[in-house]
Amino acid sequence: MNPARETPTVVYVPRDAAALAVGADAVAEAIRAEAARRALPLQLKRTGSRGLFWLEPLVEVATPQGRIAYGPVQPEDVPGLFAAGFLAGAAHPLRLGVPAALPYLQGQDRLLHARLGVIEPDRVDDYLATGGYRALEQALALEPPELVAQVQRSGLRGRGGAAFPAGIKWDTVRRAPGPTKYVVCNADEGDSGTFADRMVLEGDPFSLIEGMTIAALAVGATQGYVYLRVEYPHAYRTLTAAIELARARGYLGPDVCGSGRAFELEVRVGAGAYVCGEETALLESLEGKRGLVRAKPPLPALAGLFGRPTLVHNVLTLATVPVILAEGAEAYRDYGCGNSRGTLSLQLAGNVRRPGLVEKAFGMSLGELLYDYGGGTASGRPIRAVQVGGPLGAYLSPSHFDLPLDYETFAAAGAMLGHGGIVVFDDTVDMARMARHAFAFCADESCGKCTPCRIGSVRGREALERVLAGGPVEAELALVRELAATMRDASLCALGGMTAYPVLGALEHFPEDFTARARSGRPVQG
Amino acid sequence: MTGERGSMETRDREVPSPLAPLLEAHRSRPGALLPLLHAVQEAVGYVPPAWVPFIAEALDLSRAEVHGVIRFYPHFRQTPPGAHRLVLCRGESCLARGAEELIAQAERLLGVFLGGDTPDGRFSLEGVYCLGLCGCSPAAMLDGQVQGRLTPRGLEAFLAAAQERS
Ligand SMILES: Cc1cc2nc3c(=O)[nH]c(=O)nc-3n(C[C@H](O)[C@H](O)[C@H](O)COP(=O)(O)O)c2cc1C
Ligand code: SF4
Ligand code: FES
Repeated sequence: MNPARETPTVVYVPRDAAALAVGADAVAEAIRAEAARRALPLQLKRTGSRGLFWLEPLVEVATPQGRIAYGPVQPEDVPGLFAAGFLAGAAHPLRLGVPAALPYLQGQDRLLHARLGVIEPDRVDDYLATGGYRALEQALALEPPELVAQVQRSGLRGRGGAAFPAGIKWDTVRRAPGPTKYVVCNADEGDSGTFADRMVLEGDPFSLIEGMTIAALAVGATQGYVYLRVEYPHAYRTLTAAIELARARGYLGPDVCGSGRAFELEVRVGAGAYVCGEETALLESLEGKRGLVRAKPPLPALAGLFGRPTLVHNVLTLATVPVILAEGAEAYRDYGCGNSRGTLSLQLAGNVRRPGLVEKAFGMSLGELLYDYGGGTASGRPIRAVQVGGPLGAYLSPSHFDLPLDYETFAAAGAMLGHGGIVVFDDTVDMARMARHAFAFCADESCGKCTPCRIGSVRGREALERVLAGGPVEAELALVRELAATMRDASLCALGGMTAYPVLGALEHFPEDFTARARSGRPVQG
Repeated sequence: MTGERGSMETRDREVPSPLAPLLEAHRSRPGALLPLLHAVQEAVGYVPPAWVPFIAEALDLSRAEVHGVIRFYPHFRQTPPGAHRLVLCRGESCLARGAEELIAQAERLLGVFLGGDTPDGRFSLEGVYCLGLCGCSPAAMLDGQVQGRLTPRGLEAFLAAAQERS
């Protein structure tokens, strides 16, 4: 008997939804079948994704030289990979080498996303072995004001879009009187072009659970909710399983790690309304009502869920908390520039050659991201427009590519980073159609509470449809500008208020798409 | 009528048997309505309008409130869904990769617009603004199964495979 043959080779195949969407399950099955056919002992591990999506399904093999990656692998590649000796990390046209040495990853600052694609998300021991729950251990030894102070010193700002300083919010909730407080995680991730929340939920769920537990200790909450969009069934399964495991190991429940402090966590699922990502609409929805935006004040920090003080944060904000405690607030603060501290999770999408997740300290230029990481367009044509910050983000043109990615610079340029989504368009894009899409999106998703948003978005869509159909341009565009301005100035929340960004951005930077329209009668839909 | 707590219509009738255990499981949870509606839709594919009075009564809400919530959220249906549910993404990332053509193709192949059900009850065609799969746009979901880098030929095969399964 050859003992070496008895030690199974470990092969990693992602189970992130985006990897599944390009065939990761079929690849895993082909690997299992081929190993069985060859009577080779093999252990399959299903990880999250590292976020190099043009290379998915990305398969990795554990070798004495470390993990070696191959990709993108299709089921029909599998017999050839075995024949080439990929279980030993041998050469093959799909061989990529050591993942961490790939330029796309090497240039990144993977603090928050260090575990993605590396560990098995449903194993507490994998999490512990990679530094997990060390931050909670520290937190349990600290007084709440000191915990809040650490978050304040880190410079962390909310990653959900509004970029409000997290420490100030924590302090407000901590000081708010009352025996019952809540921590709520906003996992609604409605912005098109974004997927970082989903990747954390599917690839490193304990980091969120740990972050929420620490936040609860700091502000004095004993109950937490994760509000998760219904479009994320894979994330739901991974997260609920992780919560069960954490509870079974004493990391959640009536007596967290034997500290005598309680923290319970429950997942609640949304129902397809974008506006429920807005924090007050989210709280209404959690209470079982229609997702209508509440007028502020009162702040949710003082009167939030069921009228109690509530800390609402995005997935990434909360999952960053363990990083801050483990690395030290000052070390985290050393990343970034100006008032934008730490790292930003950028999500490259649309017509881009190398779509994926890029975690980088604030301050890299937009152009560097688009070309050095993104590699330009997938179509090979020139980049013409880029939408930054989700469906309510501005459309930028190549004249903006020198802009450094930080909150203040983008705000000064009439744009916003939002949740970090970047959608790339090549020179075949019709910006009048994209502007129409922005109005249509707002009309579809408006909660209906204020007239400028509810009515203005429909009128704007209709006006641009007339332009697209070859109608009189000048009068319609004057109406569009007026509607957009009214929505910007008189809407209760950013859905109505920021629809002006993509609309006016398209008009300002790409006027030729509106004014010089051929009367081609192109169909209008989408 | 909004003050009506459902009692008129529920007084002489039994709670529909599939609904009873769901009401029991959810009635005492805080903010129970959405989880309950999800459970109902998971069990029977939609929220039968005839169940609304029972739901309202169990949660001490008015029928108008329950109805308003069902209508507010696009996910909840008031009619039975098609045997297969095809969800096509029309978010910006997918639009940048040809989603409009795929939507037009699906509408042509199935003979319904986004948001419609085929008359034979085989398909529900839905649009969504982002599935979080923008790293492999254009994206879709068929019966809960995700599909990225979708091509017109892939869409055809995708639909044919679903037909075979039914
Ligand atoms: C229309 C609208 C949609 C939003 N959607 C989301 C979302 O999907 N996820 C999110 O974290 N924040 C979203 N926000 C921002 C939230 O209102 C809120 O600022 C955020 O959850 C606070 O968390 P943070 O401090 O960690 O950023 C949205 C805001 C608006 C106006
Ligand atoms: S701006 Fe639109 S979505 Fe926001 S509160 Fe007003 S109507 Fe609702
Ligand atoms: S925009 Fe289509 S999956 Fe995100």
